[in-house]
Amino acid sequence: MTDFFISLGMDPTWAFVVATIAGILLIALPLMLAVAMIIYVDRKVWAAINLRRGPNVVGPFGLLQSFADGLKVFLQETIIPSAANKGIFILAPIITFTVALLAWAVIPFDAGVVLADINVGLLYILAISSLGVYGVTMSGWASNSKYPFFSAMRAAAQMISYEVSIGFILVCVVLYAGTFNLSDIVDAQKGHGLGFVNGYWFNVLLFPMWVVFFISSLAETQRVPFDLTEAESELVAGYQTEYSSMSFALFWLGEYANILLMCSLNTLLFFGGWLPPVDWAPLYAVPGIIWFFAKTFFFFFMFSWVMATVPRYRYDQLMRLGWKVFLPMSLLFVFLISGWLMLTRYGGAA
Amino acid sequence: MTVFAFYLFAALMIASGAFTIFARNPVHSVLWLILAFFNAAGLMIIVGAEFLAMLLVVVYVGAVAVLFLFVVMMLNIDFAEMRAGFMKNAPLGVAIAVILLAELVLGIGAYRAGALDLGTPDGSATPLVGESNTENVGALLYSDYLFLFEVAGIILLVAMIGAIVLTHRAPASPRGQQDISKQVRRRPEEATEMKQPGVGQGVDL
Repeated sequence: MTDFFISLGMDPTWAFVVATIAGILLIALPLMLAVAMIIYVDRKVWAAINLRRGPNVVGPFGLLQSFADGLKVFLQETIIPSAANKGIFILAPIITFTVALLAWAVIPFDAGVVLADINVGLLYILAISSLGVYGVTMSGWASNSKYPFFSAMRAAAQMISYEVSIGFILVCVVLYAGTFNLSDIVDAQKGHGLGFVNGYWFNVLLFPMWVVFFISSLAETQRVPFDLTEAESELVAGYQTEYSSMSFALFWLGEYANILLMCSLNTLLFFGGWLPPVDWAPLYAVPGIIWFFAKTFFFFFMFSWVMATVPRYRYDQLMRLGWKVFLPMSLLFVFLISGWLMLTRYGGAA
Repeated sequence: MTVFAFYLFAALMIASGAFTIFARNPVHSVLWLILAFFNAAGLMIIVGAEFLAMLLVVVYVGAVAVLFLFVVMMLNIDFAEMRAGFMKNAPLGVAIAVILLAELVLGIGAYRAGALDLGTPDGSATPLVGESNTENVGALLYSDYLFLFEVAGIILLVAMIGAIVLTHRAPASPRGQQDISKQVRRRPEEATEMKQPGVGQGVDL
């Protein structure tokens, strides 16, 4: 995009700045729109699975429901508890929201369609998602209230636990792709399975890792069945209990932006990103960005599907799954995959 | 632009470092410290060490500082007592600060005088040209510094096992322990039994 602004007669430095800002807006605004629509989709999917109608009043088929909710929340009064730590109380939802947007900088939507095509893209995502815990912890502490504090501690422990196994899964993918760059990881998946399936999922060693990654991404975004932080029967509304109006809405938007991010990571790392599902020439006629969104949307559907059907875990079960099942398993697969690659790709010489 | 970014990160880092010390609330201190880590990562990106920058954020901000924050949040720290101890610990603090400053001055002085050649400690480990940061670090770690790297790994492993040994308590009684796979394997047939006792006969339990 920088070249386009240079062709308009701009100084290269300014063209870069303007192009970057334009790129940020081009990602962030549609993302917010997508979040609004995805909340609607989420509610419709649960409704369909529960044999209900779901939102159907505002706009045709209730399509404008999220916008009506947004407007309502925008007009509400922001209540700050008098015993709260004001600065941090206000900062917490802002951090959650900002961090949720930050990670999108390195997500490639199509070949070359990415804001920052950096070499350490995957590490950047890991770094940014490890920041997500701060918004929750800070809100829980600053609310100066018991339930939010319990919820914040649960959330922090949960996110750190599952990040460990996510880290190992990313190592597996990086071992296969040989790079941290997300675009190159997608390119490496072209024709990976038997020469015609695009995607790492079609691989005996990586498919179990995808399953673990999918479950870990549910836990990382605190979705059902791992939504212990918002377990309403125990913690009211969790860390959001004391929040109202826009500060509450920022948590919501951040949460759904994170869910979309995890869906797109599933797509990019295991299902070939913008590549069509199989390596067959006519399928490449469809623009890559459509494949990318279709796959991301499919994973989002799986997220809602899980939410509508699976009962909530108990907290000790959650920790057991993270530390005693996923961590040893992903560690074992790092070992297996590096061994397999040593044998097949790097000639077997130890 | 790089210069602007450098001064931005450097100024923010010094400011947040200062606020870490001067903040009245320990939780605020930790949060300022996190901001300082973050700006340090920014500085590393400017000098081209993007891999280290990301590791700094993942390890220090994402894990170490979270635990700090946890501990500080849960401890009920008495501010008055902390203030009272300030003068007692001040000489030690000043001494450490002076030593660190002297080391920095010595290091930078040696580098300026040409005694140190950064990146090539013994002349053999010249950076691989045209390869990314990550590959360079990996190539160095697993060749020239393999022994030190393995030793560091073993030290961490020992520390981890030590922490587990220190905190592990054997359960007092087997109650409360559950075998998840046993629970999953359980079927209705073994859990329930249909009995049709006659009138006045009762059931053997």
